[in-house]
Amino acid sequence: MNSRFSTAQAAVALAIAAFLVAFLVYPVLTVVYVAFTNADGTLTFGHFASFMQISLMRESFANSLYVALMTVLVCSLIAVPIAYFTVRFDFRGAVLVQTLGVLPLIMPAFVGASAMQLLFGRSGSVNLLLSAWFDVTVPIMDGLNGVIFVESLHYFPFILMNLTVALANIDTAMEESAQNLGASGLRLFRRVVFPLAMPGYVAGASLVFIKVFDDLGTPLVLNVTNMLAPQAYLRVTSIGIEDPIGYVICFLLVGFSIVAMWGSTLFLRGREYATLQRGATGLARRRLSPWQTAFAYAWIVVVLLLVLSPHIGVLLLSLSKVWSFSVVPEIYTLDNYATVFTDSSRMIGNTLLYCGLAALVDVVIGTAIAYLVLRTRLPGRQILDHLATVALAMPGVVLGIGYLRAFRGIELPFTDTALTASGLIFVLAYSVRRLPYALRSCMAALSQVHVSLEESAQNLGATRARSIRRIVVPLMAGGILAGFVTSFVTAAVEISETILLTSRESLAPMSYGIYLYMQSIAGRGPGAALGVIAVVMVGLGSYASHRYLHGRSIALEAGRPG
Amino acid sequence: MHAGVKVQIEHVALAFGSTKVLRDIDLLIEPGEFFGLLGPSGCGKSTLLRIIAGFNRAQTGRVRIGGEDITAVPPWNRNVGMVFQSYALWPHMSVAENVAFGLEERRLPRSEVRRKVAEALELVGLAAFAGRRPGQLSGGQQQRVALARTIAVEPRVLLLDEPLSNLDARLRVHMRRELVALQRKLGVTTLFVTHDQEEAMTTCARIALMDQGVIQQVGTPVDLFDRPANRFVAEFVGTINLLHGRLERAAGGGDGVAFLSESAGPLSLPLAEGIPGQGEASIAFRPHGVLVAERASDAARVWLSGTVTEREFLGEFVRYHVRAGTADLIADQPHYFGVRDFPRGAQVRLGIDPGQVRLLQR
Repeated sequence: MNSRFSTAQAAVALAIAAFLVAFLVYPVLTVVYVAFTNADGTLTFGHFASFMQISLMRESFANSLYVALMTVLVCSLIAVPIAYFTVRFDFRGAVLVQTLGVLPLIMPAFVGASAMQLLFGRSGSVNLLLSAWFDVTVPIMDGLNGVIFVESLHYFPFILMNLTVALANIDTAMEESAQNLGASGLRLFRRVVFPLAMPGYVAGASLVFIKVFDDLGTPLVLNVTNMLAPQAYLRVTSIGIEDPIGYVICFLLVGFSIVAMWGSTLFLRGREYATLQRGATGLARRRLSPWQTAFAYAWIVVVLLLVLSPHIGVLLLSLSKVWSFSVVPEIYTLDNYATVFTDSSRMIGNTLLYCGLAALVDVVIGTAIAYLVLRTRLPGRQILDHLATVALAMPGVVLGIGYLRAFRGIELPFTDTALTASGLIFVLAYSVRRLPYALRSCMAALSQVHVSLEESAQNLGATRARSIRRIVVPLMAGGILAGFVTSFVTAAVEISETILLTSRESLAPMSYGIYLYMQSIAGRGPGAALGVIAVVMVGLGSYASHRYLHGRSIALEAGRPG
Repeated sequence: MHAGVKVQIEHVALAFGSTKVLRDIDLLIEPGEFFGLLGPSGCGKSTLLRIIAGFNRAQTGRVRIGGEDITAVPPWNRNVGMVFQSYALWPHMSVAENVAFGLEERRLPRSEVRRKVAEALELVGLAAFAGRRPGQLSGGQQQRVALARTIAVEPRVLLLDEPLSNLDARLRVHMRRELVALQRKLGVTTLFVTHDQEEAMTTCARIALMDQGVIQQVGTPVDLFDRPANRFVAEFVGTINLLHGRLERAAGGGDGVAFLSESAGPLSLPLAEGIPGQGEASIAFRPHGVLVAERASDAARVWLSGTVTEREFLGEFVRYHVRAGTADLIADQPHYFGVRDFPRGAQVRLGIDPGQVRLLQR
């Protein structure tokens, strides 16, 4: 090309940049700015000093770190053995393990939390049985333990999936050559297998850390407020949007998330080994000895039961009239669903509207960024990619508070409604936060479309725009759809931003409804029913896009010239 | 079909960063010619093709098609048909939809699109496959679809980027004959990029041999083989023996010169037209012009002594690697029933036909 890019490309890039700056960078910077300035705008570290002087804040800080690190540890304990079994041994539990990888993710942690309380709480099913049979109880749901337990069961798939892929990508020849040179057993594992799989583990673990450190919904539902995110929420909602301590907390949340993400990126740099040679297979599989088989299956069954417990609990809860101080509910009913459909159909509608629009925005921006990054030589195009990806490390609480603060007093054109009191704010918040998912999906899809497919269209007379419309987008359709679904379903169960941004119940999406119902004993039933609806929605969406993508990739594979 | 448009490439140069991919390329391709761009991978031949198609823009120089300067025209307005190495068939469209694409982009009426698609598929013998997806076709069939898709729009020039490299050896020979026959029928000016000299020599009327972004020689296949312009051409096209040394006037002022090889010793050669009397030079001769014998017999030949270091039996001929002085020479002897065979280690005489020796400037 004569010039390295066209004006149309530059215009699209600028529009996306403007969107990201306005709805991602600006709100977050506002939060940071407030944390570091006095009311008159002068720089100060006083808010930090006050923060450190409040013992509840110090305690919350310590608790958040403790919970996040412990969750990573517990997740690792669950995931590492399973990943190793599946990849290493000739083991017929692949379907079980795949199920394990997906089931927890479709049940939002804050939805399952109430049910877990009923199953594992002090007077929950398990402890009722244990005290009846053995006269002991296990305080697994007490305070921080509860948060760690619930979050671990929800997030361990991140480590499981990353680690499984990393292990599966190790070439047999890597291991065999080590054996050939005399390494075996633990030494072989420590010196070759483990270092090669490390990048996968670190990627998963850092993600778990960030997610747990920033989570608001689960602690709130479990009534644990002495952690950072709940404190930020409580400060801002009870003391007010002006309270600087809330912003200090937000700064800490953002800081730790970015450091964790940046740290794992630094660690991964140069370690993304392309270990799989052409035509080679993963690690050699060995037969399990009988006792190893028994242990592997036992482990997986235990984890599966634990993983299923929130699902079962929520389902039971949604079908129960009363459930307290009993192992299982005593009276079953469908009333909760009736209640939900009469009272909360508006919330379901809101969710479909907000998340649908947000996901649409995501795939449009995602496709555009993917194209700009992979197919043009526009200067600075990588910045868009990085900027959009940073949203991954932005805690929902921070973005929520940032929106409230940055956009206060801004009214929608031609109406008297404030932006922060409209449904639009949800669409914006969801689209910014879920953009990285859609973007990854679009990037992956576009990188599968060879440039020559586009060039041949141009060669036959299609302009750049026409070749994008007729060739590139149709070939990306699977990835775009997967991106849409991922954005949609993850936005549908988003709770942190949702709690903060809900100004009126009529505007609330169903995730807020679940949270609200779960606050009262009487509301648990309908809350669980709404949760079941959400989980079914998420599950079906994920399954459909997975099926579609799978079929699609086979078709495209077959279409590749030999 | 646009029969007979001339393609001119004038002083085209392109660098990616500090890597000079093309340096001052000048080419004239005659109307209706089947022209080859030959060279090792990375020589710039594909880049040159992409410049003609408009996917790369030359930093300097121009490209003219039929006299019209198209240097600044975007790819979609050039009407230059390109067949991609990977075929680049769109997997989400049927064979007929693939072929129809370019016609639709030209806003032809539906009935005409249908007629031209049928014609193009008929031409490549794939009329029965119109409804299939590319993924359901064999490599050779995909290749034909790519060809049909390109010729359906009746381009002014046909560009073929290593179109046969994804086919197996047998099919490749078959397809290259079909390609030549098709080009003859259509009469469209065709540029054929390949790294395979056999492919280029059997199909192309003329070839530009490229190396390191420079055209080393343009000529007919016979020109390239018989009169290589430099050492690169001599070594790239076919197998050749090269000796480096000095030319000197033969003692006694006869009509010959002495070539003092650095490795093989002195050789006396007849002074032919165009050969300078003296100075640094290289001589080149083909293995099949060298006779392997027990003793010097034919006085018209120049004889060297050597030892057989390697013997390869190839059926039609035997290839001897012979060490003469410090030079390793190759001699191909036709093989037939009962011919004298020399084992490894045998002392032999090599008879070089002076008429087959080419002199190359250093």
